[in-house]
Amino acid sequence: MKKMIYLMTVALVLLVPSLGLAEDAPVSEMSYILNTFSFLITGVLVMWMAAGFAMLESGLVRSKNVATICLKNIALFGVAGILFYLVGYNLMYAGVDGGWIGSFGIWAADDAAALAGDYSGGYAAASDWFFQMVFCGAACSVVSGCVAERIKLWSFMVFCVVLTGFIYPIQGSWVWGGGWLSEMGFTDYAGSTLVHSVGGWAALTGALILGARKGKYGKDGRVNAMPGNNIPLATIGTFILWMGWYGFNGGSVLSLGSAASAVEMSNVFVNTNTAACGGMIAAMLMVQVLYKKTDVTMALNGALAGLVSITAGPATPSLGAALLIGAVGGVLVVLAVPFFDKLKIDDVVGALSVHLVCGIWGTLAVPFTNSDASFATQAIGVVAIGAFVLVTSAVTWFIVKLIMGLRCSEEDELLGLDVTEVGLSAYPDFQKTSQ
Amino acid sequence: MKKIECIIKPFKLDDVKNALTEMGVTGMTVSEVRGFGRQKGHTELYRGAEYQIDFIPKVKLELVVAADQVAKIVETVQKEACTGRIGDGKIFVTSVEQSVRIRTGETGADSL
Repeated sequence: MKKMIYLMTVALVLLVPSLGLAEDAPVSEMSYILNTFSFLITGVLVMWMAAGFAMLESGLVRSKNVATICLKNIALFGVAGILFYLVGYNLMYAGVDGGWIGSFGIWAADDAAALAGDYSGGYAAASDWFFQMVFCGAACSVVSGCVAERIKLWSFMVFCVVLTGFIYPIQGSWVWGGGWLSEMGFTDYAGSTLVHSVGGWAALTGALILGARKGKYGKDGRVNAMPGNNIPLATIGTFILWMGWYGFNGGSVLSLGSAASAVEMSNVFVNTNTAACGGMIAAMLMVQVLYKKTDVTMALNGALAGLVSITAGPATPSLGAALLIGAVGGVLVVLAVPFFDKLKIDDVVGALSVHLVCGIWGTLAVPFTNSDASFATQAIGVVAIGAFVLVTSAVTWFIVKLIMGLRCSEEDELLGLDVTEVGLSAYPDFQKTSQ
Repeated sequence: MKKIECIIKPFKLDDVKNALTEMGVTGMTVSEVRGFGRQKGHTELYRGAEYQIDFIPKVKLELVVAADQVAKIVETVQKEACTGRIGDGKIFVTSVEQSVRIRTGETGADSL
């Protein structure tokens, strides 16, 4: 009986994360504190993933675009933080009730009940807002690497406003806000689809509408490599993302106020870690087999591929299953990179291969280890959210293109966006040796 | 006065410099350069796409010395920088018209 109640609670938590905490049992003050603590500390880890994205992308672009990519990464986080306050949170979580969208309105914390001694809310309101906000930032980070080295700074910023303020929260409401997809039984624990694929779809439309970097694709289908400028930066970026992912998936237990949730969070941590290991080693081996030489950047992408793959369901797999789910992600990423190149979709850092492809894979893989999920429902979720983001992001990119232009001039692109967009080189010592 | 320009493999720089200072050479200038000769470049792979590395990193060593030292220095550099494999580099010798030590204004062989 006790186990039944626990399972029901877990199911409830998975389906309606924003509301679901412990409504069937009274919450002690200690549980309330621990739940809140969990949100805050794992939220900090997820926030730090923005630094991971910034370093990964800084390492994988060419040196003439590094300052710009740094600026974009920190700026988009600022946009996400503001927009999630102004519209995002309430669009995602307020009054969705099985529907398609939340309500418009500025978010404000309401902790009167807890301050009066009623802890049934489960956690402090602002801790939840904070945790959900940093996820919104992560979705947006996916886009910047894909469209790097050729997009205008302010055009990108306008897109970020729409993505973080509207596109991300609306589709998020369908699942985490308790909307129609969650009522159907679609499950996405920490956001393989809701965060990573959403970023991936938005990046895909962006890359298609922008076009490839000049010189990336030659005549007769030749793909010209444009190697990243700083492999150590890309590597530390990947390590930071890996570390942040413990918060991303671990925090998505959404509670730490009971032994059961502590056990679940621990399992999520080790499954997350193991999937990353599997993805990376699989990618390294796959590159070695296909090209007779392994590739650092593919190993980095492979680790992230494993992480994205496990994100939809990190609580239910055994360690072995997590390893396999991650490893398949690692193989997929190695196949996806040349596939997108063949289609002449220029993805500078492999964001589509990692976040879109493995996000889809991870979401579809949930039913292997979670009997509450079904392949059909998972597929419906992937398609519905994919279609929504494809259409809304494409429309947004087109409108931005129409009004302010999307792509910098050919001359600016050749000179590098650091000089033309922000007037600062990331490595100025190359220019001013007299100082 | 003669200028000796040596293009050598970067990892041979220490050997060459030590041998030259041991035989009494008092100064030299090095720079990191890139280039190719008969060795040509090579093909590398990045994320599944091939790319050509035409210019291979080398070190350029420049010394200006009295004419009578040239033969010995060239011989030493040739011996020390040699691995016997393609891409070992080249040595060029040219005449120098004038030389001035900036600190004192000395000219010619005195300034070396």
